[in-house]
Amino acid sequence: MAASAMLGTSGFGNWARLAAQQSLTQDQLLQFDTFGNVSLIHVTDIHAQLMPIYFREPSVNIGVGGNRGAVPHVTGSDFRKLYGIEDGSRSHYALSSGDFSALAQAYGKVGGMDRVATVVNAIRADRPDALLLDGGDTWHGSYTCYQTEGQDMVNVMNGLKPDAMTFHWEFTLGTERVQELVEGLPFAALGQNIFDAEWDEPLPDLFPPYKFFERGGVKIAVIGQAFPYMPIANPGWMFPEFSFGIRDENMQAMVDEVRAQGAELVVCLSHNGFDVDKKMASKVTGIDVILTGHTHDALPEPVLVGETILIASGSNGKFVSRVDLDVRDGRMMGFRHKLIPIFSDVIAPDPQMASLIQEQRAPYKADLEEVIGQTDSLLYRRGNFNGTWDDLICDALLSEREADIAMSPGVRWGPSLIPGDDITREDIWNVTSMTYGKAYRSEMTGEFIKVILEDVADNIFNPDPYYQQGGDMVRIGGMGYRCDVTKPQGERISNMTLLSTGEAIDPAKTYMVAGWASVNEGTEGPQIWDVVESHIRKQGTVTVQPRDNVEVVGA
Amino acid sequence: MDFTRRDTLALGAGAAAMALLPLRAVAQADPNAEVVGAPDEFLAGADAGAGDLTLTAPEIAENGNTVPISVDAPGAVEVRVYALGNPTPGVATFRFGPLAGSQAASTRIRLAGTQDVQAIAKMADGSYQTAMKTVKVTIGGCGG
Repeated sequence: MAASAMLGTSGFGNWARLAAQQSLTQDQLLQFDTFGNVSLIHVTDIHAQLMPIYFREPSVNIGVGGNRGAVPHVTGSDFRKLYGIEDGSRSHYALSSGDFSALAQAYGKVGGMDRVATVVNAIRADRPDALLLDGGDTWHGSYTCYQTEGQDMVNVMNGLKPDAMTFHWEFTLGTERVQELVEGLPFAALGQNIFDAEWDEPLPDLFPPYKFFERGGVKIAVIGQAFPYMPIANPGWMFPEFSFGIRDENMQAMVDEVRAQGAELVVCLSHNGFDVDKKMASKVTGIDVILTGHTHDALPEPVLVGETILIASGSNGKFVSRVDLDVRDGRMMGFRHKLIPIFSDVIAPDPQMASLIQEQRAPYKADLEEVIGQTDSLLYRRGNFNGTWDDLICDALLSEREADIAMSPGVRWGPSLIPGDDITREDIWNVTSMTYGKAYRSEMTGEFIKVILEDVADNIFNPDPYYQQGGDMVRIGGMGYRCDVTKPQGERISNMTLLSTGEAIDPAKTYMVAGWASVNEGTEGPQIWDVVESHIRKQGTVTVQPRDNVEVVGA
Repeated sequence: MDFTRRDTLALGAGAAAMALLPLRAVAQADPNAEVVGAPDEFLAGADAGAGDLTLTAPEIAENGNTVPISVDAPGAVEVRVYALGNPTPGVATFRFGPLAGSQAASTRIRLAGTQDVQAIAKMADGSYQTAMKTVKVTIGGCGG
């Protein structure tokens, strides 16, 4: 198949235009001329967000090396210009940053798995044998998910009936629980790169590399690709039996294997992160579609690498991608694609799913809804450096844990709150919940703090995507610094300054550092959500203005 | 796909014994085989180009103390592996006798930090091939 001969369209422009007239209906939002003979539905990185939320897309998402200036490293007005999106439109609100609080009030919340169910059901009404594929990071990220050890999400997703899934944060439930949940799944748990750690061998019984589906007369192979850097980015001691890695040589072997078995369409359900998938698509031949995940990017059009199309479907239940494919004579001849934003006020909730969700939440209702405080400011997380939620968490660590410097992990999950919102316990858990959330307090030398910053910066700004772990820069409170993203590891971080005194950080001096989400076993301290709750309760109403303690160079 | 090395070992199958044979042959043939030396010593002035030699190693080590690597060198009589950033770079020598079913081997190595790992294969005709891979050793902890 020559890429140039492939027919491809994206249905993105349609709802964007209608949206400008403020008259968007569910039918218009879901409008799609069924195409070809195969439909894929992609959801990913839901992070246990069952209910509608606000979610601000990043304003800082720096691409390095060959990805400098390439999507998804285009934000705000540049993004809108690139895709022809009108300022102030629904598309602006859903896909890009800028004027977020005002647009959020105009266009309302996004997501909600009951709305996602409506969309999935509508696609299935068009194409009953559509494949629904979940890219993982599903069983993590909320109060109820934590309390039920992922059971709420398993119950809800089972109601949605996916055909296959791959994994990342799921493993932080620990080996025993992951195994228990995976063994009970009524659909495939795929990962060609999930290996036995001791023998460095595949685990075909628990995590098969691929599964075949026959849909629309087409023999489809779906190959799973779990997050490659699980034991590095997350605590490996919680799942020491497993080893991961990109393993693109094994991916190629699997593609060759399924092609040899007659696969006419090869789909990779991936949790690599966008840039890693882009590189993998250039090295591994024979994949038709990569459904990307992990880096939480939402792109209104597929990205073409060689003969492979890459689909990016956002996060937190905010989007569903529909990809229709024309597969003939064992080849993908064309596609039609639509990134469907789940506008909660436009899409009617599916009643069955709504009641299933309420069932999961009912036992915890009082705890979830308790109002801890209010916010005067937009609270958000996404972006390469501190968001206001992170600043608030760092403030909580500094004051509640009496520290000089605070560190908060650069994760990409966590919904937003807009000015005037109540902050409930559920909201706090949405940005902090995890199985290793204890807030440590530890003495570190200035030199060691720099080593940490350099190490994390290289995980984001290494010019070779295979050496990036996804995620963003560790968030810092109480300290300022300069980061030159163009430099190699060891030279990116400079001008480290203790904000309380204005003095330069002394490499030899010891500072009290408070943080959370340590990957080390035996970390002690109160849970981060209790620290943040206590801080917000004392404040009553929180105000967090954007800060300038990080100076970014070379972006 | 369903046949794992564990099964092989459990069965005590001949295939496993075969794979070990060349290694035993090394120990018998050369009592100094554990001295791997440096790349320059092995090459002794010869050039090494790219060929069929493949070196498989993780891009980022899950644990720098025990990093799984493997080499596959069709037609090689000897493969040496070097961790160029370690205090003692030479980490392994594999020699393949004429009875070796394939010229492939895997082991685990310890890496002092982020560095290049190099494999050099000496082919039957006396020429050399090389493959290199950067393995990052990180303190990790912030992926999301």
